[in-house]
Amino acid sequence: MNLTLHVWRQQGPDDKGQLERHQATDVSPDMSFLEMLDEVNEALIKEGREPIVFDHDCREGICGTCSQVINGQPHGPQAETTVCQLHMRQFKDGDEIYIEPWRARAFPVLKDLIVDRTAMDRIVEAGGYVSVSTGGVPDANAILIPKDDADTAMDAAECIGCGACVAACPNGSAMLFVSAKVGQLAKLPQGRPEAASRVCAMTETMLDEGFGNCSNHYECEASCPKGISVKFIAMLNREYLKALPKLKSK
Amino acid sequence: MQLMNLFRSSVGRKLFMACSGLMLAGFVAAHLLGNTTLFAGSAAINAYAEQLHKLGPVLWIFRLGLLGALLVHVTFGIWLTLQNRAAKPMGYAKKAVQSTTLAAETMIYSGLALLAFVVYHLLHFTLRKVGLDPSLFSDAAGQVDVFRMIVLSFKQWPLVLLYTGGLAALFLHLSHGISSTFQTLGACNEQLLPLLRKAGLVAALALLAGYLSIPLLTFFGLVS
Repeated sequence: MNLTLHVWRQQGPDDKGQLERHQATDVSPDMSFLEMLDEVNEALIKEGREPIVFDHDCREGICGTCSQVINGQPHGPQAETTVCQLHMRQFKDGDEIYIEPWRARAFPVLKDLIVDRTAMDRIVEAGGYVSVSTGGVPDANAILIPKDDADTAMDAAECIGCGACVAACPNGSAMLFVSAKVGQLAKLPQGRPEAASRVCAMTETMLDEGFGNCSNHYECEASCPKGISVKFIAMLNREYLKALPKLKSK
Repeated sequence: MQLMNLFRSSVGRKLFMACSGLMLAGFVAAHLLGNTTLFAGSAAINAYAEQLHKLGPVLWIFRLGLLGALLVHVTFGIWLTLQNRAAKPMGYAKKAVQSTTLAAETMIYSGLALLAFVVYHLLHFTLRKVGLDPSLFSDAAGQVDVFRMIVLSFKQWPLVLLYTGGLAALFLHLSHGISSTFQTLGACNEQLLPLLRKAGLVAALALLAGYLSIPLLTFFGLVS
């Protein structure tokens, strides 16, 4: 099939950037979206033009590196699927496809479709961990964890930190991401000792990094390639309420 | 200080919105219950108004509490909206909405419209600075006949239209606001959320129907 692509091209962080028209010809429906872009880039290189710059790594839907908004939807039209796992059979001959980078103040565009997502790393650095200072390896099953809690923690831990939630949010908020990181630890006994300081530090860092506030549009859940539920945002809010009486003055 | 932590955290700021919104929505429901005394006739609503005024200082505590909630809700609403807009300086060339609603996207506009409506409503029925000449529904001693004031007002179509507009803004605002409050307060999970979204819409519709019945039934002569 033949497709018309409208791709965001931007030389660097300070460039204004604009959409550029490209043709993708003889696209096989079995290609992945990234393979289709690879072919477009091959042609561009042969013409002596600069290829379209985009992020990718594992290409099997687990690393959270690929980040493209396709026709207004982060990761494209297929639910719970990353761009690399999106296949061209989702499109039809003659389609016009808009490809844009994640848009949020906290994610400045570096070049074309690549944005700087280190702001999310700094949110995790602020509290998305458990401190294990010293000691021997604990016995397996020494701490019993109810199956439901373990399952919920695993659901939250599915988050691959791709930032689609931020890209989808009309407020550029990272609430779903933060709630998944808070939620995966809040449900486990090992995460409880630091639960109060974690939720405060992470939500404060989220604002410091220039993300917006959640106003319950739930676009994040609809765009999440791992189907993280907004129930984790409610859980984050509960964790914050529980933390309030424990806060020390700063 | 605890309060500073509330301001610094994104969730803390949302809690201000949710709690003040809950107070205001509670008032909206209570206000409707009080107003339905209109349908019981002139004596009932005048007696209700008189009882309210007899509360004296208690009434003023309520009024100040509501004013406080309104100030918090409006200030935080505007502040957070500006912050959220700044966090999303650029949208997409091709837009595709998946889950959000018109009500959720227009909260700031329905909210500001509602604020303007509340100001007008207070000037109209509480302070009686706009609308009909107060002498039309007061006796020589200046005692206001509330029933007469409402009925005479809502015999005029521009006022009925204006109140309908204000109530439409109320409906739009509450249809997102009610379920949103539960989510922000954490009283929500996977099973509850779809139910709460529907229940919020139904509650907003019920309030709209209840409030609209006052100007509409009056205008069409069913209250006299």
